[in-house]
Amino acid sequence: MVAPQKQFESPGFDTLKEGIWKDNPVFIMLLGLCPALAVSNTALNSLAMGLASTVVLLGSSLLISMMRNVIPKQVRIASYIIIIATFVTAVDYTIHALSLELYNALGAFIQLIVVNCMILGRCEAYASKNKVSTTMVNATGMGAGFTLALFMIGSIREILGFGTFFDIPLFGPDFQNWAIFILPPGGFIVLSLLLALFAFVEKRRAPAKTEKEGGHGS
Amino acid sequence: MDPDSMAFIFLQAFLINNLVLALFLGLCPFVGVSAKLETAFPMGLAVVCVMLVASLCAFGINILLVYFNIEYLRLICYIAVIASAVQLVEMTIKKFSPKLFRMLGIYLPLITTNCAILGMALFQTFDEYSITQSLAYSLGAGAGFMLALVLMAGLRERLELANVPDACTSAAIAMMLAGMLSMAFMGFAGLGG
Repeated sequence: MVAPQKQFESPGFDTLKEGIWKDNPVFIMLLGLCPALAVSNTALNSLAMGLASTVVLLGSSLLISMMRNVIPKQVRIASYIIIIATFVTAVDYTIHALSLELYNALGAFIQLIVVNCMILGRCEAYASKNKVSTTMVNATGMGAGFTLALFMIGSIREILGFGTFFDIPLFGPDFQNWAIFILPPGGFIVLSLLLALFAFVEKRRAPAKTEKEGGHGS
Repeated sequence: MDPDSMAFIFLQAFLINNLVLALFLGLCPFVGVSAKLETAFPMGLAVVCVMLVASLCAFGINILLVYFNIEYLRLICYIAVIASAVQLVEMTIKKFSPKLFRMLGIYLPLITTNCAILGMALFQTFDEYSITQSLAYSLGAGAGFMLALVLMAGLRERLELANVPDACTSAAIAMMLAGMLSMAFMGFAGLGG
């Protein structure tokens, strides 16, 4: 298992992986929870939301990274917010033009990407300090991690709540909708269980790793 | 009850469509500040103040935007207004109650990225509320946020004494509590009747 992975381990791949698993914005850093729960009642909605946020993250990271030496330190947060808001407005109008149905399902939450702390956090912590290429890799990883997290929550809620996956029925006609998972409490409960799962897996992996490094394991 | 009356709009924002527990807005401060009751309460108060100021400004700005036919600038204007409103409330609190100012610390400027406030301003625009209705709505929304925060802080303080499984450290168990609170708030849906 170790040998074939090695050839990919350039620094770029590491930062990419970090965003998806080790520093996953939703499950580990608890950023961007609001959209993660609000629109994740079906797999399709959550995927669309994840992709929209990723596009905004990529665009604003690129611009901020390019302008990092131009923006004065004192007004950087305000500048970042304006840049992010510009991209969000563009994405908002694009979705409106592409699919009215999706636009209505996501509602005001597309515009609320502006205050997604995951995006502002990335811009402040990474894009403002690094050169364009590494920023883009990092933003892609973070966006992928965010999309993945939303997709997981959305799939679980749709499968349990509607008995479907991307509108394809899974359980036959006798399935009773488990309605609580579609309603707001379901979002909190699914996220709570996933957080516990992530913490559990990390706890199980941590001691195993030290054992390996100590030379006991295989 | 008349759905356009101020009392109904207030109740709706306060209990039925509670920003945190039904619409998932403002979860970051909800998880971040709700560990202790003594910070949760002033934080809620500060959010209520910002909500009122932001709601009034958003109402005025929307009239201007519609007049000049430049609605596509709405998002950028709103976020700029909210950032200034936060600054205003911050200066006021610093002037009148330095003790409270120190207690809130970093969380005060972070209200800018609280999606509850932008969400409130956007919903009030989409629902085309009049100025008095907007005020009732923002007051209800702010009070609802404060209620959720204070309830949660009370629960989490009791949780300190409980013995929870290792994997369910603070965040997971806090989310589970939020889920139960949210379930309880679903009961208020009947109020709208």
